[in-house]
Amino acid sequence: MYFGLIVFLTFVLYGYIFHLYRSEKRGERDYEKYGKIALDDELTSKPIEPIEEETKKESK
Amino acid sequence: MHNPNHAIEYDYTVAKWFSYLAILYGIVGMGVGVLIAFQLAFPELNYIFGEYSLFSRLRPVHTNTVAFGFTLSGIFATWYYVGQRVLKVSMAESKFLMTVGKLHFWLYFIGSLLAVASLLVRYTTSKEYAQFEWPFDIVVVLIWVLWGISIFGLIGIRREKTLYISMWYYIATFLGVAMLYLFNNMEVPTYFVAGMGDFFHSVSMYAGTNDALVQWWYGHNAVAFVFTVPIIAMIYYYLPKESGQPVYSYKLSLLSFWGLMFVYLWAGGHHLIYSTVPDWMQTMGSVFSVILILPSWGSALNMLLTMKGEWGQLKENPLIKFMVLASTFYMLSTLEGPIQSIKSVNALAHFTDWIPGHVHDGTLGWVGFMIIAAIMHMAPRFYKREIYSKKLLEMQFWLQTTGIVLYFSSMWIAGITQGMMWRAVDQYGNLAYSFIDTVTVLHPYYTLRGIGGLFYFIGLFMWAYNFYKTMTASKELKEEPTFASPMAA
Repeated sequence: MYFGLIVFLTFVLYGYIFHLYRSEKRGERDYEKYGKIALDDELTSKPIEPIEEETKKESK
Repeated sequence: MHNPNHAIEYDYTVAKWFSYLAILYGIVGMGVGVLIAFQLAFPELNYIFGEYSLFSRLRPVHTNTVAFGFTLSGIFATWYYVGQRVLKVSMAESKFLMTVGKLHFWLYFIGSLLAVASLLVRYTTSKEYAQFEWPFDIVVVLIWVLWGISIFGLIGIRREKTLYISMWYYIATFLGVAMLYLFNNMEVPTYFVAGMGDFFHSVSMYAGTNDALVQWWYGHNAVAFVFTVPIIAMIYYYLPKESGQPVYSYKLSLLSFWGLMFVYLWAGGHHLIYSTVPDWMQTMGSVFSVILILPSWGSALNMLLTMKGEWGQLKENPLIKFMVLASTFYMLSTLEGPIQSIKSVNALAHFTDWIPGHVHDGTLGWVGFMIIAAIMHMAPRFYKREIYSKKLLEMQFWLQTTGIVLYFSSMWIAGITQGMMWRAVDQYGNLAYSFIDTVTVLHPYYTLRGIGGLFYFIGLFMWAYNFYKTMTASKELKEEPTFASPMAA
């Protein structure tokens, strides 16, 4: 049982890492750009991913 | 149509209030800590304020004031600052959230003062780090609900769609503590059941070993969700911002986050090794503690790598010094903790001074340094003035670092000596030493620990003075600094 659990958790861990890299490779997401949220954080700065654009897309 | 009104600015009112409180509770909590450290070396100090200065009464005052006074104030101060900035929304844009924030502060301030006073007059559940009696637990729940409204309310009106990694950690702090606090403080107020006795008194709903298990599930995860998770939230914002370098790997920050969340909750059993809890649970506590090194070092290395190519800043900027050393101390204590939780090491280390040694390289080095750096980073933004004195900040850094080194090295030596003496036997299997033999041997190390604590405590006054002068007398800035905090020599 412990062996099965270890295999399962290892699978989940590597699966998540694989998911992160695959999403970037496919161009679905660029995770590293989110690092800029902390640097460019003035109230007047343009959001990295504005919430309005997303709402507009959904309503189309 | 982002930012419709350019006149609106971030509102730091609540962040400022919590910063003042962090400084106040830091001085009070660690002042008591220094006193009780010296009491262990010089027992006559127990009686300087009569019954109110006995070690047994002041120890919970120390732990609760630093954990739930100093640290929580620091967490709230940084939340009310970082939250607005990474969500790109000002509290001034919502009267409701502003009111909630202020209410949160005042309820916390008054509630925490009363709670500390209640410990001084001996109202206690006697559960470590969960000593507050049931009426205060209710106040804590209200404070926490207000914080939750503030977090999710601000998220609700944000402009930045993606929640920055610090936000994840603040949310985890909120959810984690809510769950832990509620379950560990399930208690029966005896007055209402028996119709007699003290109004404040209660008994735990759990009994025996179950009580111990829930207590240490709570106790260890209080370390997780008060001393680790929100402090990571801070460093993920303040180190990149102060250095002008984006976090080294955002993907690693996500992986470490989920790793930490999954692993931490199972590690509490290591507090109960060689006790009456089932053996498999003790083993599980040990194993998960060792695995915990991975996500902890994931975050810490991510922070150190953020400084890649920019190590010159470590020399120039004392705030970078504080933060880099904070993440180094985080690495040290997250390696030391798992080592202590290995069963054979625990047999030697448990109940010795090595344990408070471990706790303090984490709290003084990691938690304390990070909160100090965060508040000093915010000060020039709060008051549009440069930091009053770089020199003083540098002196504070070195004095406090020396203090921490004195603290943990003396406790390592004391703890291991103590453990070895307790288990030493002669050729016939008789104990080689009596308890008083260990006390005599440990005396110099206890004194050294007190001196180390005193150094750190003096550093707090330097911090408070520097903050106060920054607020009142420092050179005014034309605009808010972008990255490195400006400071006068």
